[in-house]
Amino acid sequence: MNMNLEVEVAEKNKTTVLVLLTGEVDAYTAPKLKENLLPLTKKEGTLIEVNLENVSYMDSTGLGVFISALKSTKANNSQLKLMNLEDRILRLFEITGLDSIITIDSTVRGGN
Amino acid sequence: MRNLKLDIDNYRNLLKQYIKFLDENALYQAEQFSKLSIQHNISPEEIINVHIQALKELYPDLPKEVDYSLNFLLETMISYGLAYQEMQSLREQQLELKSEISVAANMQQTLLSTEKPNIKGVDIGAISVPANQMNGDYYHFVSDNQQSIGVAIADVIGKGIPAALAMSMIKYSMDSFSESQRNPCSILENLNRVVERNVDQGMFITMFYGLYNLNSETFSYASAGHEPGLFYHASTNEFREIKTKGLVLGVSKDTTYQQYEIEISHGDMIILLTDGVTECRVGNRFIEREEVLEVIKKYIHLPAQEAVEQVYKHFERLQGFQLRDDFTLIIIRKNV
Repeated sequence: MNMNLEVEVAEKNKTTVLVLLTGEVDAYTAPKLKENLLPLTKKEGTLIEVNLENVSYMDSTGLGVFISALKSTKANNSQLKLMNLEDRILRLFEITGLDSIITIDSTVRGGN
Repeated sequence: MRNLKLDIDNYRNLLKQYIKFLDENALYQAEQFSKLSIQHNISPEEIINVHIQALKELYPDLPKEVDYSLNFLLETMISYGLAYQEMQSLREQQLELKSEISVAANMQQTLLSTEKPNIKGVDIGAISVPANQMNGDYYHFVSDNQQSIGVAIADVIGKGIPAALAMSMIKYSMDSFSESQRNPCSILENLNRVVERNVDQGMFITMFYGLYNLNSETFSYASAGHEPGLFYHASTNEFREIKTKGLVLGVSKDTTYQQYEIEISHGDMIILLTDGVTECRVGNRFIEREEVLEVIKKYIHLPAQEAVEQVYKHFERLQGFQLRDDFTLIIIRKNV
């Protein structure tokens, strides 16, 4: 079973871009995410909010895309924020220590 | 071309025999002819050409419409033949690549091979199964003397050849560290600098390094974002997750790692694994970490090598099981 990944990009306001992901982020779909996410980080002063509410699975290839994006925000003076991570995915960021260098906001999910 | 000429004679006779008697044997011979043609790289349009020539020799007065239609078929088969030839050459290239990769996989095994230390009072089991031909997981034992065992377990993001190449880099940098740099946090800090300088932007490696000191009966360890392993405490018959904090290798060059230490008593075990173990899927379902622990518990009474093999076999037997990632499991047990 290979699930697809939908990437929707919308401007929230002049400085904030929303990225809504739906599906799975794995070796097959990661290139698509990278293609869509990386160009957004190149614009100075932008905040990119990635909503992972509808992401049911992510593997280490997916983490790699977010690391690339983070490195690019540092180089281009933009910001990256991840939101609404499912427990299993949040755990991945915690184990790898990436939660210490990437801004993660899971408050919306509350006691999840 | 002499062979082909012979074949035309042969083909004409077969065709004649078949048209006259609808002879099954002629059909069988035609099949052989076809096989032989493939072996000799004879293209489909050449066979059609042979057919046209044979037919004209047998029936010189064919209506011109049939004649035209046969030429039409011949033209059609020329493009078909070209496409077929192309496919054939791709197939050959694919076979070549496959054998090259298998040579590389063998070489990787030789390069990265590690021997389980044979130390009295310590029972060690290790298994590592790649999801594809090349393994992106890696484990390594260091034991220069009978007093200590160093153990490394690592997982390169991604699979296949790039992962395998990165692993070789890890192994050779580890070999180059001097004795004094062999405590777990220094090893990870040094490796992190090597990896950060040498890998692609989105690539990283997770790694756990532990040093079991048999004299002091302690195990000191540090982790670079690696899937947590487990301790088994024999005195309380309890499994506990090895809690560590540390960023994966290759992301930030000044990362420091915290080193932890626990005491190891008789019957205690250190269980190390990669996320291939916890990321297996059975059909649509993930295998939960608790479930992995249950399976480990089931086989833990066996000698360490048998136990790791049985755990892998257990998952492999499940219906719809697919190994999405490389699978590595290590058990170290203090026997005395």
